[in-house]
Amino acid sequence: MPPETLLDLRHVSKNFATQRAVADVSLEVPRGAFFSLLGPSGCGKTTILRMVAGFETPSSGEVWLNGQRIDALPPYHRNVNTVFQSYALFPHLTVQGNVEFGLVHKKGHKKVSDDINRVLEVLKQVRLEAKASRKPSELSGGERQRVALARAIVLQPDVLLLDEPLSALDPQLRKQVRGELRDLQRRVGVTFLFVTHDQEEALSMSDQIAVMNAGALEQVGTPREIYTAPRTRFVADFLGAMNWIDGIGVRPEAVKISAQGRKALVTGVTYLGSFCHIAMSLVNGGDGGETIHAQVAAGCAFTPGQTVCVTWNPEDEVRV
Amino acid sequence: MRLRIGFLAPTAILMAITMLAPLAIIVVYSLLTRGAYGGVELPWTIENFTRLWDPVYGIIFVRSFWIAAVATALCLVLGFPLAMFIARSGSRKNLYLSLVILPFWTSFLIRTYAWMFLLRDTGIINSALQALRIIREPLPLLYNDGAVILGLVYGFLPFMVLPLYATLERLDPALLEAAADLGARPWDTLVRVTLPLCAPGIRAGAILVFVPCLGTYLTSDLLGGSKTVLIGNLVQNQFTASRDWPFGAALSLALMAIAMVLLFAVRRRGEELL
Repeated sequence: MPPETLLDLRHVSKNFATQRAVADVSLEVPRGAFFSLLGPSGCGKTTILRMVAGFETPSSGEVWLNGQRIDALPPYHRNVNTVFQSYALFPHLTVQGNVEFGLVHKKGHKKVSDDINRVLEVLKQVRLEAKASRKPSELSGGERQRVALARAIVLQPDVLLLDEPLSALDPQLRKQVRGELRDLQRRVGVTFLFVTHDQEEALSMSDQIAVMNAGALEQVGTPREIYTAPRTRFVADFLGAMNWIDGIGVRPEAVKISAQGRKALVTGVTYLGSFCHIAMSLVNGGDGGETIHAQVAAGCAFTPGQTVCVTWNPEDEVRV
Repeated sequence: MRLRIGFLAPTAILMAITMLAPLAIIVVYSLLTRGAYGGVELPWTIENFTRLWDPVYGIIFVRSFWIAAVATALCLVLGFPLAMFIARSGSRKNLYLSLVILPFWTSFLIRTYAWMFLLRDTGIINSALQALRIIREPLPLLYNDGAVILGLVYGFLPFMVLPLYATLERLDPALLEAAADLGARPWDTLVRVTLPLCAPGIRAGAILVFVPCLGTYLTSDLLGGSKTVLIGNLVQNQFTASRDWPFGAALSLALMAIAMVLLFAVRRRGEELL
């Protein structure tokens, strides 16, 4: 039995004054999934997130959540919560005040003592119980991000919307937080709709990825599917470096330098620690002079000007 | 650093001459005896201050506070939506802001006179209502506390709107979206996010309106008539008709002292919140 669809976008479009931000996007997000919207800036992924949150109304199409049509509801009537790119923490409230903020607005809200336990539990989950009485201005970037997360998950939304939540963190921390976020999602079991322009982020965390370009959906699939079997040239290029030889794509890490194969002239060698990046130009390819990149073990010794042979396994070829 | 002090010198000298010197004169006068035809004479006395405890003056002080407080509250209630509207009107902000300060191009005295022409028994409002047969007798619009408050609100509204606008304009719109996202309806967002974050602007605006309203004499003199005597008019009277300069000086010192205590209270409260 396929997993139940929780969030369903049906032919959603959004036009702004001068441009079409989202063009006829249909998406099904399964319950409990870590679902990423991946694409370059301006591709419409944030607009989709804002339409699910309720900050934008679709120009056409429908948004369904949990079997209920929600595209006309205001944000405060939707059981979705957002982790904003800037976190948007309330500066006049403490960490605890921020996390409690939404609880009084929950349907059927009654007991304050339940709230306090719930808030403490969530603060513990994001390891901030010791900083409950601090103001956001007294926290580090990573801590602020966790407050933003706690503030949203404490309300147990159907879908948690995350708008590039890692982009404000420094690169070292970002990699660590990726794992934490993924673990948190598994533990809490909330469906994540995660917007990012970073393919590594999307690949490492997602159950499913929807790749977007210029307002339209390019491909939806598991990370492995969209990396190894991209359906369009855009998807292939956006997910990682790709050599295009006679219309066939080969990832640099699939290119092997060996005794047999197509002749190529080494034009550049870049040592990158764990591997070497070799730039070559094909000697008598289809058009000749085509550039091809390979990623090889760091121990290999090649020098610019050297002629080599390149080959790859047919199963590593990508046809779009 | 030396350069900065150099630039400050003209202001410092001006302040010393125009503020500290008159203040010193007022303090000295308040401790002297009144002259028969105005002015002051020896001997030194503190009688001017003991006279302040007369309940007659207490009532005037309380009335002045009450009227200034009502005017300030009305300025806040009227100014907040206006400031919010201006802060959210994008490219037309500057146009609306210049409209808010447009009245400053005309003398406050002339604008207050204009209100007299509108409000008096034979004024435009009463004439129009009578011509339309809505009323038979003219409404008592002028020469009462209501007219004074109207004149104060009209005159000082820009001093409330401008600081409110300055804080609202800096308010991150993402915070309002976050509040809605967490389930807050627009009213909840206003009370729980917008107003607390605008507290500095509200405080600044309230001070800028309340302090001059407390000391007003022109508005109460012209629009309040002889019935509405506020501290400002009382002080003015001491220096003119009553020819009791020392008591006038004592009254204005008392007014200043009370205003300063209030300012400090508001400041302290603000620091606690931040």
